[in-house]
Amino acid sequence: MPLSAQPPASGQSYVLAASLDNARHLSSLLRAVHFQDHATCFATANGLRVTVEDAKCIQANAFIQAEIFQEFAVQEESVTFRINLSVLLDCLTIFGTSSLPGTSTALRMCYCGYGYPLMLFLEEGGVVTVCKINTQEPDELLDFDFCSTKVVNKIILQSEGLREAFAELDMTSEVLQITMSPDKPYFRLSTFGNAGSAHLDYPRDSDLMEAFHCNQTQTNRYKISLLKPSTKALALSCKVSIRTDAQGFLSLQYMIRNEDGQICFVEYYCCPDEDITEAEL
Amino acid sequence: LSLRAVNSSRSAFASFLFAPLFFQRYEAGDTQPDRELFRCKVLMKSFLGIFRSLPSLEKTVGKCLILLKPQASRLVVQLHCKYGECRWGHGCGDTRWHRASSPAELVPSLPGVTKTHNLAFQECERLQAVFDTQRCASSLCAPARVLAEAVVHFPPTLAEVTLGAGPGGKISLRNYVEDEAERSKTMVTELCLAEDEFQTVAVAPGSHITFCLKEFRGLLTFAEASNLPLTIHYDMPGRPVIFTLDDAVLEVHLVLATLSDMESNLQPPTTNGVSHLPAPSDDFTDDLESYMIAMETSAYEEGSGVPPSPTFPLRTPCPAESDPEEEEEEEEEGAVPGTPPHKKFRSLFFGSVLTPGGPGLAPTQEVLAEDSDGEY
Repeated sequence: MPLSAQPPASGQSYVLAASLDNARHLSSLLRAVHFQDHATCFATANGLRVTVEDAKCIQANAFIQAEIFQEFAVQEESVTFRINLSVLLDCLTIFGTSSLPGTSTALRMCYCGYGYPLMLFLEEGGVVTVCKINTQEPDELLDFDFCSTKVVNKIILQSEGLREAFAELDMTSEVLQITMSPDKPYFRLSTFGNAGSAHLDYPRDSDLMEAFHCNQTQTNRYKISLLKPSTKALALSCKVSIRTDAQGFLSLQYMIRNEDGQICFVEYYCCPDEDITEAEL
Repeated sequence: LSLRAVNSSRSAFASFLFAPLFFQRYEAGDTQPDRELFRCKVLMKSFLGIFRSLPSLEKTVGKCLILLKPQASRLVVQLHCKYGECRWGHGCGDTRWHRASSPAELVPSLPGVTKTHNLAFQECERLQAVFDTQRCASSLCAPARVLAEAVVHFPPTLAEVTLGAGPGGKISLRNYVEDEAERSKTMVTELCLAEDEFQTVAVAPGSHITFCLKEFRGLLTFAEASNLPLTIHYDMPGRPVIFTLDDAVLEVHLVLATLSDMESNLQPPTTNGVSHLPAPSDDFTDDLESYMIAMETSAYEEGSGVPPSPTFPLRTPCPAESDPEEEEEEEEEGAVPGTPPHKKFRSLFFGSVLTPGGPGLAPTQEVLAEDSDGEY
């Protein structure tokens, strides 16, 4: 059913109008960053970026480029608003979350600009649902200032190698310690929980290792509670790139292939944990 | 390497003893003849967490290294995952042409990865249940499969089962129903096995024993997987039942407390299958105090006069001789936390087994103290 035929309300024009044949392409990516209720949406002609932050230490971004949408039109240079991500996800999955082959929810998303709600038109099997979600003043977002020139260590791993590790992380440990080094242990994930410490070592010649560019031995600790939500993104992804800069800031970039084989990205940025004590090796 | 565990109500004890040959490599470490063997305990939950999913372990892990670091108070368990696929899609990392030696070799999920767990341990006293298979009047030996197939007929939630030696050499298994009132309402399942299904049968006729099926199932699963025959040693109701698995490199014992008979409780406690103690010397008292024994009493003891089961004539328990060196027993009344209140299980007798002439142990009841350690 062609939802794009919906005319705008009289006297108003949309600053953002997008159509998507399969709303799951959007909802699954948003779930991967859904660790807080609110998110900031940022749309440009290139596509949509949804950002979630917590504790001023962690930031997750989901990128859905314009090519994924059947229609993606932005009238201004950029459109930004803050929205309740939990509500947005509930609406996007209003017809249910089970993915039966052949059935998909079609989505049309419209936004008139500052002060207006985000309109969602969702259709599945002839049934149409209209949702209006209030938008808010966008928050000031953290800038991790993470660019490729400042990267000290970089590893690209096949996600399946990390999935089990992240799912089984000892949550009684306050931190996740990441060691990256040109020498042994190359890439090590460590936790220090109630029962003792656990280390997971990935050798550089492992099949899982797609790229290994470590120049310096770095050991950094991150609050495990902040990183744990990234497990969702890891579960969806096929590859993950792990990068650290000189300050120990962590960048995790997940390459996600959707049902139609299109590539999207989710990234997580995390600050290293302040009180660093001697690592137990 | 000896691994032992006991449950919180002290009614089940298991011991696995691995000979050095069980392992690919075994280094006992620096043991001086005059020093006691090193013993420690670790949290079961943490230890089991390392070996979480057996099927995936089999697929992923090539070898496991267990290392004791007394200076750091750490027990190190290191899992080395099999290497990446070789050219031919096997999980071995070998570049030469060859066939995969087993299906498990085909799809490793963590090639080359090493998982190291450093578990905190606590030094502890020797955990030893006092039991002696030689003193058991009855014993049976059967392939684990026979018993596993028998036990499958009982519901997974069944708590206790009674094993009995019936007329005609039949060995029966029957679910134990507690209350007389319940008996008429509960489905009773009885399964009989012929003597020839067993490898050896040396049972006292009419003897029977009731024990916790749940604990037994665990051992049975292991026995089936390792394809070892299982031997059951039992004596009178109330005395522990001992299950053993024997192999050239592995010795397994599971000791379970059993239900004592109604009748025996009407007799004075000292003849309840428990020995008379010779007048203990001062040293003995200290030794005895370090034993941890608990006995659960129940409502039945007030002589509610439940009639004997028609199928199994009850044996009159005879007072056992006490051999001070082997089985010192002391009765102590006391509620055992965690044990269901209406059971008449006699708990196992635990204690630190003192090496003769060794230094006297402080009566700290080390094992008891564990319980207050917290959650588990």
